[in-house]
Amino acid sequence: MNMRWTIGVGLLAGFGLCWAIPHYEWLDPYVQLVLMYLGINIILTASLNLVNGYMGEFSVGHAGFMAVGAYVASILTVLVFPEEGSAYYFPLAIMGGGLGAAATGLIVSIPSFRARGDYLAIVTLAFNMIVKSVLENLEVVGGPRGFMGMEQLTTLPWVYVWVVITIWILRNLVYSKYGRGMAAIREDEIVCDLCGVHTRRVKISAFLVSAFFAGVAGGLYAHLLQFINPRMFDILKSTEVLIMLYLGGMASLGGSMIGATIYTVVMEVLRAQGGFRMVLMPLLLIFLMLFRPRGIFGLKEFSWLIPWRDLLLMRQLRTRKEVPRASAEG
Amino acid sequence: MNDTPLLSIKNLNVAYGSVRAVSGISLDVYEGEIVTLMGANGAGKSSTLCAISGLVPYSGAITYQGQSLRKMSPDRLVGMGMAHVPEGRGIFSNLTVHENLRLAAWTQKDAGKIREDFARVFALFPRLRDRQRQAGGTLSGGEQQMLAVGRALMSRARLLLLDEPSMGLAPVLVREIFNILRDINRTGVTILLVEQNANMALRIASRGYVLETGAVVLQGASEELRDSPRMREAYLGG
Repeated sequence: MNMRWTIGVGLLAGFGLCWAIPHYEWLDPYVQLVLMYLGINIILTASLNLVNGYMGEFSVGHAGFMAVGAYVASILTVLVFPEEGSAYYFPLAIMGGGLGAAATGLIVSIPSFRARGDYLAIVTLAFNMIVKSVLENLEVVGGPRGFMGMEQLTTLPWVYVWVVITIWILRNLVYSKYGRGMAAIREDEIVCDLCGVHTRRVKISAFLVSAFFAGVAGGLYAHLLQFINPRMFDILKSTEVLIMLYLGGMASLGGSMIGATIYTVVMEVLRAQGGFRMVLMPLLLIFLMLFRPRGIFGLKEFSWLIPWRDLLLMRQLRTRKEVPRASAEG
Repeated sequence: MNDTPLLSIKNLNVAYGSVRAVSGISLDVYEGEIVTLMGANGAGKSSTLCAISGLVPYSGAITYQGQSLRKMSPDRLVGMGMAHVPEGRGIFSNLTVHENLRLAAWTQKDAGKIREDFARVFALFPRLRDRQRQAGGTLSGGEQQMLAVGRALMSRARLLLLDEPSMGLAPVLVREIFNILRDINRTGVTILLVEQNANMALRIASRGYVLETGAVVLQGASEELRDSPRMREAYLGG
């Protein structure tokens, strides 16, 4: 039970720090900006991990969900919500962006009932392209020129809060009955059906939650840059998320955090090298696949990310003690 | 034994493209029976089971408890008390034994009943209790088969469809598994057993059907089949 306290205090301290850094200008604004990108990248990677890592599907259109979230949230803050007190409406706008993205996630989950692997990848790829070209042809949101007029509402504390919410919800989902169902779908979908698992419901929930948080990330991204255009959310952006995911490791929230951090930091450090960094990152990925195909943290997890009960059972296994019957079940 | 069969198949046809796997099979399984479906590779045994579970498209009629199974999804069938143990066991190898079993209780919401189901399965397969926290893939072949059967029982099945439980197992283990199947049957679970090992299958089954290239060529009570010259020659080894 000690760990709960430690986590709680740690989370509060993190929030305090995220509030104090911009308030007292402890860090260079540029570093703060990178930190916010990092948070957004963590949300993106962790949410993609749900579908690609835990459920074992191959979705390559994550930027499509992000785009929907970014546009919906921006439309809400610029055109719908009153200008006065926009900071208070901001969480609502982000939620709206997430829900909009979740709705499209529902649509994408339908082909996943029948298609798997490469075929589903093509479907999600097409989805990403469709979103981009729809946005390019919608004059209301500026078409290819993009959409602007958002205030910079995304702040370090807000990014922090959303990262915590994302990881917390994903963790609870992954260690729930539905999470078990996702892992089983990854292993063998037909047997899953034969075991009576409602595979469709599991898939829908995975896509919904994954898309929701991609939308949240999109909303935060839009209100950080204060300008969005459809090209920002093309296949390259999706690929970027995939790289962070595979770098960090599949089926691991800790891995997603590590992958997003390494990628974001390395890309910033190499910014001065210009085009060269676009060579280095794929190279890093090739070496990773050769020497650590599961990713840096694949199928592992930080102990503070594992629910107490599951952690207890794992420890008992390690020390080879008899598992008490009552806690072993349920 | 009731007059209406628990499971009834009439004129079943299954085809994969232009290849006909099953052509015009009819069979009945009555409550409380063990019925075995025998035949060589490619005789259409597994295809028949897959048709019952709704995994492959078919023509013909399949009724379970008097209800047609057409257009019924596999998870609905589990809710109706039917459990299919697929060929090759289908263990989720990266999930623990406990998780494998827990997953099969998907539709069960009552935690107390789930605990009962665990207790029942562990009573039949004590070895699974010892290995609860182990990943399914690290079990031996026999233990995996036990896990597969245990998983099917977690859903409180009334009818078990078993696809070659003896596959790849040592004779001692096959005997052990078959003895347990007989015990399960005695608790009131009806079993449709697909087997290549006709000797073992006939030992526990009350009736049997023999398939050849997608059609029933022999059927009858186990003793009759055991004595039939054709059966002896082709399947029982003299």
